[in-house]
Amino acid sequence: MTRFLLPLGLFILLAAVLAIGIRHSPEKGIIASPLLGKPAPPFSLPSLSDPAREVRSADLKGHWYLFNVWGTWCGECRQEHEMLLQVQRAGVVPIIGLDWKDDDTQAVAWLTQLGNPYQLVGTDHSGRVAIDWGVYGAPETFLVSPQGVVVYKHVGALTPDTWTREILPRLSGLPGGKS
Amino acid sequence: MMRRAARRLLLCVCLSLAAAYAAWAVDPTELPDPKLQARYVALTHELRCMQCQNEALADSPVDLAADLRREVRDQLLAGKSDDEIRAWMTARYGDFILFRPRYSLRNAWLWGAPGVLLLIGALVCWRVVRSRTTLLAADHEPLEEDGQSG
Amino acid sequence: MLPELGHFALILALLLAGLQAFFGIAGPAFARDRWTSTVTSAVAGQAVMVATAVVCLVTSFVGNDFSVVYVAENSNSALPLFYRVAALWGAHEGSLLLWILLLAAWTVAVALGSGRLPPRFASRVLGVLGVVSFGFLLFTLATSNPFLRLDPPAPDGRDLNPILQDPGLAVHPPILYTGYVGFAVAFAFACAAMLEGRLDQNWARWTRPWTTTAWSFLTCGIALGSFWAYYELGWGGFWFWDPVENASFMPWLMGTALVHSLAVTDKRGLFKSWTLLLAILAFSLSLLGTFLVRSGVLVSVHSFAADPTRGIFILVFLIIMIGGALTLYAWRAPLLRSPAGFEFGARESFLLFNNVLLVTAAGTVFAGTLAPLISDALKLGTLSVGPPYFNPTFMVSMLPLVALLSVGIHANWKRGRLKDSQRTLLYTFVAAGVLGCGFVFGLHAHAHLLSAVGATLAVWIVLSSLVDPIDRWRRGLTLSRAVLGMTVAHIGLALAAFALTSVQSFTTERDVALAPGATAKVGDYEVRFEGVRPVEGPNYEAVGGTLVVTRHGAPVAVMTPQKRRYWVKGTVKSETAIRLDRGNNVLLALGEDLGGGRWSIRVQIRPLVSLVWIAAFIMALGGALAASDRRYRTARAVATAPEVTGAQIG
Repeated sequence: MTRFLLPLGLFILLAAVLAIGIRHSPEKGIIASPLLGKPAPPFSLPSLSDPAREVRSADLKGHWYLFNVWGTWCGECRQEHEMLLQVQRAGVVPIIGLDWKDDDTQAVAWLTQLGNPYQLVGTDHSGRVAIDWGVYGAPETFLVSPQGVVVYKHVGALTPDTWTREILPRLSGLPGGKS
Repeated sequence: MMRRAARRLLLCVCLSLAAAYAAWAVDPTELPDPKLQARYVALTHELRCMQCQNEALADSPVDLAADLRREVRDQLLAGKSDDEIRAWMTARYGDFILFRPRYSLRNAWLWGAPGVLLLIGALVCWRVVRSRTTLLAADHEPLEEDGQSG
Repeated sequence: MLPELGHFALILALLLAGLQAFFGIAGPAFARDRWTSTVTSAVAGQAVMVATAVVCLVTSFVGNDFSVVYVAENSNSALPLFYRVAALWGAHEGSLLLWILLLAAWTVAVALGSGRLPPRFASRVLGVLGVVSFGFLLFTLATSNPFLRLDPPAPDGRDLNPILQDPGLAVHPPILYTGYVGFAVAFAFACAAMLEGRLDQNWARWTRPWTTTAWSFLTCGIALGSFWAYYELGWGGFWFWDPVENASFMPWLMGTALVHSLAVTDKRGLFKSWTLLLAILAFSLSLLGTFLVRSGVLVSVHSFAADPTRGIFILVFLIIMIGGALTLYAWRAPLLRSPAGFEFGARESFLLFNNVLLVTAAGTVFAGTLAPLISDALKLGTLSVGPPYFNPTFMVSMLPLVALLSVGIHANWKRGRLKDSQRTLLYTFVAAGVLGCGFVFGLHAHAHLLSAVGATLAVWIVLSSLVDPIDRWRRGLTLSRAVLGMTVAHIGLALAAFALTSVQSFTTERDVALAPGATAKVGDYEVRFEGVRPVEGPNYEAVGGTLVVTRHGAPVAVMTPQKRRYWVKGTVKSETAIRLDRGNNVLLALGEDLGGGRWSIRVQIRPLVSLVWIAAFIMALGGALAASDRRYRTARAVATAPEVTGAQIG
């Protein structure tokens, strides 16, 4: 009577789903960004170095850039900082910083003390721009194409592994290592 | 000492404010129109706090939740509909921000689950009752009478 | 030295569990009576070793031994003694030890109570319990050892999570786990029957009291958890359909179906394969719940620290235990057909409907809980499921169940004779409608339709449940504990149905911003804020608000909610103030300091919410009454119907 095998069969299916779930679970904290493949949300923010000037997304069209969300209150950003400096030294792609819900004076002191990997830094005190980009934790880094399209998002501190396997290939026009 | 995987899971640790809170949010927002207030309360309970482990916007103390609640309030006052507000949120954060899964073909299995299970149950009941009522005619065993119905 | 002793005790327990499993199952299988008789010694030995390990860990906590990693991470020298003991199960490793301890306790209980069971059958039951113990002990020793040492020892501990620093911690996990783990006994009985190749009405009679007792404990455990969440977490809610909550609720639903299915098997020898399957599924859901909350596959407010390695281990254990039991089921169940019959309107039918609805409810909760996982695995995108899904879908199966209960209770076994009860049904329904709707709309003119429906169905259940007992009493007949228990439990369910459908309707809730001296009016109550002052606690410092609560001007209480900051972890926790006033739960909580002396304050007036937990405890009481019926302890007087049995081994 095959109907008595049904519970076992269903259980095997469940076990398979659970196994896949475990395999994916290190990525559980990461929600796939709905912005991938879509135009980067436009922004126009006061520059950290000179609040009278503006950092605008429109000005950034035409070349690749990394959009990095950070804050002085964020511990993991502190750990990521060294990596960002390396990226800046490599000179392959500029990093535009989004100083999220932060104090300007502290941010300037932080960059002076630790080094400034950013070409430009925009300050987002209200958090509106971060929300537009779907940011839900710092640090986060987006890769934007010359056409202004978000092609990759990295949640958490940027690592050498991500740099070599995800970002560099995309800069050279190749698809990424793992999606 | 924390593993990479664990670190990723605990993004909200980054926000020292969030890590310090074992509380929820008290949200004294009061919209002038009671209907709008009711929609505000409903929406903030339906949207997830993206930094927390399973809390609604209405209950979360973190800054991001406060920002998003303010956004809901502003949009309600600007006359947006509930669907428009949800669409605005999912455009930025994906479907994960909704506690009520979308009514879509992709989620049909989920919303249809109770109905399908009931149908299967009804089928099982019908088959069992049919076979047992048939067997009743041949069943002359006396009921074990211990005087109880339980 | 003590931690090493505890560690060694666990290793010995593992070995003894292995022996218990081996002798318990292989003894009867190979007709080695000498093996069979050593099982109880293994059970006793394992229990002693596990108890030793627990005592060692508790002593480490009480003695502030911060050279033990687990103690260092979950305790602190300033932590009050009470919490230092309860911290034993405050995190993953310790709670596993609690699991193992309770499983050992249940095993000892079964061993002591197995005098009337055939020795080989009893041995198989203990053997299966031994397999479960072995798995958990192995898991603990391999991945979650609570006795790991820290060298050099920490100067002081990282303190217990402040949310857990509450009396609820002392009761909720132990009672919950007692229920959860107790379903292992039903599982063991089921496996033993399958191994034996025989399942009869006697088997059902043996299994019933164990299952009902475990069910009662689980009911209490879930109610305590809900109550604890209500007053401790402070957002005024008591159920969020969080994965961890669902992990205990699914076994409960399945367990309820099992309790009812066992009644049919006991009484008429019917539904044997259903009962078997339900026994396997109830415990499987317990195991699955353990997996879900400890493996990190789901996002939840109260999951333990996630670890994929642990997840893999538990998954393998699940596959062996559940896969093994379901394979046995596929092999043995086809042979269990009984020739008994019943008519459409008989009690058996209603119990069948009851179980189908309960399984549907469990399946719905299952789908919703695992939806994010399933959606992710099948590449259907990220999904998130919360109360807006669970609340309506749960009602879909529960409302019919609650309605059918009142009808089914009048049905007799085999030949329902519902026609005889037609008038009773009509009168009770009309009375229920009048009383229920009257009460609901009397309390609140604009109540939801759902509350009226819930109230009507609830009163109908109460009236229907009382018809038979009152009739017996008037005729001078005795009422057995089993029937009394059933009546009490059903009344408890009625109260729960009423409370759950009505609570939301009647709640008034407002978050207000108040300056000292200002008053807010919420519902019938006025709340005047008198300001805050600092408060010092044993391991925290707090800000205490003083709020004077009046009702229509008449004084009710002075309530002092607090906002505490625990020194060690730096965590801030809100301590709500709750007061019961004529059936209304008044909940006050401090929010934020808005500057200038103004504070945001949550005020929630919730009539009837306590009824939810009272109802659950009444249900549990009913279960306990039923389980203690003497007839479960006496041999069957009448010979049971001829069985269609499978081949017997051993």
